[in-house]
Amino acid sequence: MTFTDRAVPFTGVGVSPGRVLGTVRQMPAPVSEPPAGERLAASTSADDAVAALRAASKAVQAELKSRAERAHGDAKAVLEATAQMATDSMLIKSAVKHINAGLSAERAIWEASASVAEMLLNLGGYMAERATDLFDVRSRIVAELRGVAAPGIPASATPFILVAEDLAPADTATLDPAQVIALVTSGGGPQSHTAIIARALGLPAVVAAVGADGIADGAEVYVDGTAGTVVVDPGAEEVAAADAWATTASRLVDFDGNGRTADGHLVPLLANVGGAKDAVKAAAAGAQGVGLLRTEFCFLGRDSEPSITEQVEAYRGVFDAFPDKKVVVRTLDAGADKPLPFLTDATEPNPALGVRGYRTDWTTPGVLERQLAAIATAAEGSTCQVWVMAPMIATVEEAAHFASMCAAAGLTTPGVMVEVPSAALRSEFILGHVEFASLGTNDLTQYTMAADRQLGPLAALNSPWQPAVLQLIGMTVAGAVAEGHDKPVGVCGEAAADPALAVVLTGLGVSTLSMTPRALAAVAAVLASVTLDQAKHLAQLALAAPSAAAAKERVRSELPILAELGL
Amino acid sequence: MFERKVIIASRVGLHARPAAIFADAVGRVPVEVTIAMDAEPVDDAMDASSILSLMSLGAAHGDVVVLRAEGAGADEVLESLAKILETDLDAE
Repeated sequence: MTFTDRAVPFTGVGVSPGRVLGTVRQMPAPVSEPPAGERLAASTSADDAVAALRAASKAVQAELKSRAERAHGDAKAVLEATAQMATDSMLIKSAVKHINAGLSAERAIWEASASVAEMLLNLGGYMAERATDLFDVRSRIVAELRGVAAPGIPASATPFILVAEDLAPADTATLDPAQVIALVTSGGGPQSHTAIIARALGLPAVVAAVGADGIADGAEVYVDGTAGTVVVDPGAEEVAAADAWATTASRLVDFDGNGRTADGHLVPLLANVGGAKDAVKAAAAGAQGVGLLRTEFCFLGRDSEPSITEQVEAYRGVFDAFPDKKVVVRTLDAGADKPLPFLTDATEPNPALGVRGYRTDWTTPGVLERQLAAIATAAEGSTCQVWVMAPMIATVEEAAHFASMCAAAGLTTPGVMVEVPSAALRSEFILGHVEFASLGTNDLTQYTMAADRQLGPLAALNSPWQPAVLQLIGMTVAGAVAEGHDKPVGVCGEAAADPALAVVLTGLGVSTLSMTPRALAAVAAVLASVTLDQAKHLAQLALAAPSAAAAKERVRSELPILAELGL
Repeated sequence: MFERKVIIASRVGLHARPAAIFADAVGRVPVEVTIAMDAEPVDDAMDASSILSLMSLGAAHGDVVVLRAEGAGADEVLESLAKILETDLDAE
């Protein structure tokens, strides 16, 4: 393809396949703080400013109320409370006082919100979290006063391509996949939150596309989530490519529930799920079990530990979706990007290297023991094979201790996540104490490359195609072989959802692949196109490559099916 | 001036959802209503129709708060508002 007669495309990292055309809606820039001491304009009376503030707060309330009407459950309740904050008498009275003292309406509401937020923050826990809602209201009122777009995902009557600097979990929580047809960010990396959410929703996505945040709002663009390109004012070639994708995408929805290579080597394809609802969907998509049950869903957004009874009910919902199949439960993985007020210390200078995952058992003992008891109770009376693994295991001693805790709880299949390079290097000895290992490639990559998952400038380092990461995966498998009991090593990181990488992982000797259910059909189709020997050959090619990009290119060039399917 | 003491019934205290429901109800009555913790002086009482005031009160399950209002019909108003706080709003 040549672009000589048109603007050069924006190039980033393709993180979720798909080729689509659409209209750009830029994520509005965050609302900046009005300068301290900003005075009323000479032409504006205090009364006018107060009237403008009241009108703006009413408009924000109306917008939040209409959002609340469209929301459900907890989100609805939070939005209703937030809508009330917008016209709150205490807040407005305090802002009016500031205006009467000569401040601009923007600065007045900014300061009034800050003092109320401080009161909420001082109360701690749940109330402190509501301060975030108040800050959102404040930003919206200031945007309304300035006549600029409200912060957050833009509202649009028609589907659009969302372009942002990066997306935070709070942004994506309100992302409607019926409205957003692709994601493009100028920052972020392949393991960023944006990338993960895009794959889970099956949206084509390009991250780290430098300059994309400068594309005009309303521009027509073509997004290629495989090649990692964004073309403004697409031509006939792009239109044809998007049409072709629309045809192939519809073919890539079926998985027959039997992951295997062309010569019949079985590689069970499992699903990563975060609760019973996900599990039901995953089972319907043909998943052969659950390779990663994230148990954080029970805990996140709470200021205290859920009771054992609550946990049992939540886990059982997942087990019931997979009768007679395997469900691998990961114990609570709090810390770093998933803080929990009752478990983790938010003030750690370097949370990714802090007390997270299994390590929280050292600082807050009891939570893990009770969780294991809940898992064991939920497993009773279920036909599902329940395996349990601990995240962030770094040493043989930790693996042995976790295995003893599982045994005490009556859980017979303990395992570990391999995310810390030390665990990959010591897998032979770790597997002497536990029954299986599961590679968490997202964290294994960031720890191997010493590159923060969230940082756009480090996107290239954070690729699971890095030969060093592949080598550590190979060593983990070799350790399992050396241990002598044929204990399984699976992959449950995002790498398993990349069909080309799935072939490489199979060639490295990984026994199961667990992924977002959306990826099952594509991975199954590509895996079925190669024999085990071919997969081994491709794994060697990748290991011998001088760089992540070269590894990816070499492997992809030997898998013609990828181009046929538009992956 | 009418006064009515109420024990907070919501298990989580006067948090966002119960506070939203209560502030909304206070906003609909024809008189001004204040709220304060039981032991606090009248001068510290806050506007009960303000969700932020209610939340910053920090009233927990089992705490006693005082509702105050003046004028015609204030006693019936306080009685109906007290019933809301005496209900576990989170259980609904």
